[in-house]
Amino acid sequence: MTASAVWQIVLTLLVAGGLSIPLGHYIARVFCNQKTFLDPILDPVDALIYRLIGRDATGQAMNWRGYAASMLWTNVLMGLVIYVLLSAQGHLPLNPLHFAGLNPFLAFNTAASFITNTNWQNYAGESTLSLFSQMAAITFPMFTSAATGFVVAIAFFRALSANTSQGANLGNFYRDFVRVLTRLLLPVCLVVTPILVWQGSPDTLTGMVVAHGLQGGVQHIPLGPVADLEAIKHLGTNGGGFYNANSAHPFENPTPLSNLIETLLMMVTPMALVVTFGRMVENARLARVMYGVMALMLVTALFIAVGAEQAGTPLLTHAGIMQAPGHGQMGGNMVGKEVRFGITQSAIFDTVSTAFTTGTVNSMLDSYTPMGGMVSLVQMMLNCVFGGKGVGVLNFLMYGIFAVFIAGLMVGRTPEFLGKKIEKREIVLASLALLVHPIIILIPTAWSLLAPYGVSSLGNSGSHGLSEVLYAFTSAAANNGSAFAGLNGNTPWYNVTLGLVILFGRYASIIFMLALGGSLAAKPAVSETVGTLKTDTMLFGGFWLATIVVVGALTFFPVLVLGPIAEVFALYAHHATAGGLR
Amino acid sequence: MMVRDMRAAGMLFVAMAAITGVIYPLAMLGVGDIAFPHQVHGSLVRYRGRVVGSVLIGQRFRGPRWFWGRPSATAPMPYNAAASTASNLGPTNPVLRAHVQARIEALKAANPRAHGPVPEDLVTSSGSGLDPDISIAAARYQVPRVAEATGFARGRLERWIARATVSPAAGFMGEPVVNVLKLNLAIARARLAQRARGG
Repeated sequence: MTASAVWQIVLTLLVAGGLSIPLGHYIARVFCNQKTFLDPILDPVDALIYRLIGRDATGQAMNWRGYAASMLWTNVLMGLVIYVLLSAQGHLPLNPLHFAGLNPFLAFNTAASFITNTNWQNYAGESTLSLFSQMAAITFPMFTSAATGFVVAIAFFRALSANTSQGANLGNFYRDFVRVLTRLLLPVCLVVTPILVWQGSPDTLTGMVVAHGLQGGVQHIPLGPVADLEAIKHLGTNGGGFYNANSAHPFENPTPLSNLIETLLMMVTPMALVVTFGRMVENARLARVMYGVMALMLVTALFIAVGAEQAGTPLLTHAGIMQAPGHGQMGGNMVGKEVRFGITQSAIFDTVSTAFTTGTVNSMLDSYTPMGGMVSLVQMMLNCVFGGKGVGVLNFLMYGIFAVFIAGLMVGRTPEFLGKKIEKREIVLASLALLVHPIIILIPTAWSLLAPYGVSSLGNSGSHGLSEVLYAFTSAAANNGSAFAGLNGNTPWYNVTLGLVILFGRYASIIFMLALGGSLAAKPAVSETVGTLKTDTMLFGGFWLATIVVVGALTFFPVLVLGPIAEVFALYAHHATAGGLR
Repeated sequence: MMVRDMRAAGMLFVAMAAITGVIYPLAMLGVGDIAFPHQVHGSLVRYRGRVVGSVLIGQRFRGPRWFWGRPSATAPMPYNAAASTASNLGPTNPVLRAHVQARIEALKAANPRAHGPVPEDLVTSSGSGLDPDISIAAARYQVPRVAEATGFARGRLERWIARATVSPAAGFMGEPVVNVLKLNLAIARARLAQRARGG
């Protein structure tokens, strides 16, 4: 690892961390209905939207069932409309390249993928979607899916801070939803989009430019409303690219500066939500412990990934390629990476993208070293290294409730979390929320590897092929959307199974979490005694981390051995014998 | 309860679709068009009155008189801007090894007088298939060949390389890179000027 690599990692973390603290306080103010500096401009806008939605709908306080129902209806409706828009794009405006509608399998997969903040893409944007589809069926759900994850987390925080005098009030879904958009997502995008344009990201309704190359030959260059999509793609931890190559494409991510901005956009809100949590439950110490544990996991992941990619691969060494940096080149494993980002900016970007479950990539994970690729895989399996909009911090809290329960059993104290007793119902719901994840990853992976229609999509063979399928279902379940893109996902089997895994991964766990929140909100707060197990200490933070690692490892280690770990051995066994790979 | 929820969800949908799916993108198009008219339309480059490409999108250069870009995995031909993609070959894939070896041989054959190790970025394909840049080492590696084929002095080529080089952001974010189209445009313009002088 070079000194410059360390500096780039440190700078990225410091800036993101520094921004997340004031932003977290701001978000808390927005959702506790305190004054913010944008109120004078935005209050009338909010009022107009509330009136459109209906006074009684936006005026009522909701319990967890009401909140979940409103969330589901809104999402179902958006899913259906997006499905119709994609299927009918051939008959809709702004289609300069005359693309036909998507087939039902692909339209289902894409609609499921985009309403859930997953942004798994079984299509190539520049050769499949009209400009209208990119705006109305892609950019629009990027806002709403981010808002959905966000408000669920806010509702859960309210549940934890509720006392019985308020009843089981989780807030109002519609108000929360509108406020995320007008107070956070839209203002940031309005500022960031012009910066991305300045760096070189196009933003136009021209569909394509024909260029006559310097050395002859014609080049068709697709353009479109790219920059505005890029802003929300990263801020909303969405990840779906305008182009097939995603943020590796020079129009999506033209310079190292745009790369840094996109990286920071992914990081700030999930980090800020931990600060918001501390503010809303009035326990900043607990929030600091959580923030510290997540940051520790992220830093470890960043150093492993950057180190592995910079070390390069024996295959290239044997071909006679110098992989040490210096003498005007960056060294390392440059397969599937862009030179303007080099090793460091590439590995930071993809690692952040899978930690914060964005799913955008600026370098191709399928061509990463086995260790570099495994970092991304493991982060999505744990699904709480800060994690995506809202759901990441909730997953982390599920592990926390688990840790309290286990620690309580071990030392013989009553398990309590934030003054609420953790009992059978809570543990059952937390277990269900966490168990959904491995079930919908491992079973479809095993099935796909046994079936000819699953195996025929592989782009690489051997253990790397297994990793491709495992990565696809892990990415779908974690609502990430990044891929080992050698796998051809655009088949009826993968379109349908990945679509279903995406939907379960999103809504099943959210409903269990809201139910758990409802259950906690209805409990009277018990006052802290000497018998209470303290959760806001470094010691408990360590136990929390151990719980995550042990549960994650027990669940996923066997399949990791068959995939990336076997590949590490294959790679270096080959290195030791210096022979050819057969 | 259910009917009211559905109605409210419908109205929320309409409001959000209008704001984020129509008003926001169109407003941003307008702002970009006024503030950055060059970038907003794809940073296009003109040469002799014709659009020859985008400074951000790599294009294919072959033959002794041009600086070459990186290998590209797009189909059906390299540097197909309408279908960005990578090879997605894994690190243990024998096909990757074969590709890299063939590229090394072709590169050595085309640059017999080059010195130093083969630059890695000239034998590995990029993430987008449209990488507009190469490393400084990759540009220098090609100088003896281009100098011989075009007749331009090596020092002159080195100066053009320096001019087509973009430094990392803030001095250390990213890598120093050479934009291949800018570099080759310098060669084309110089050749044009030479021809105009009857040289």
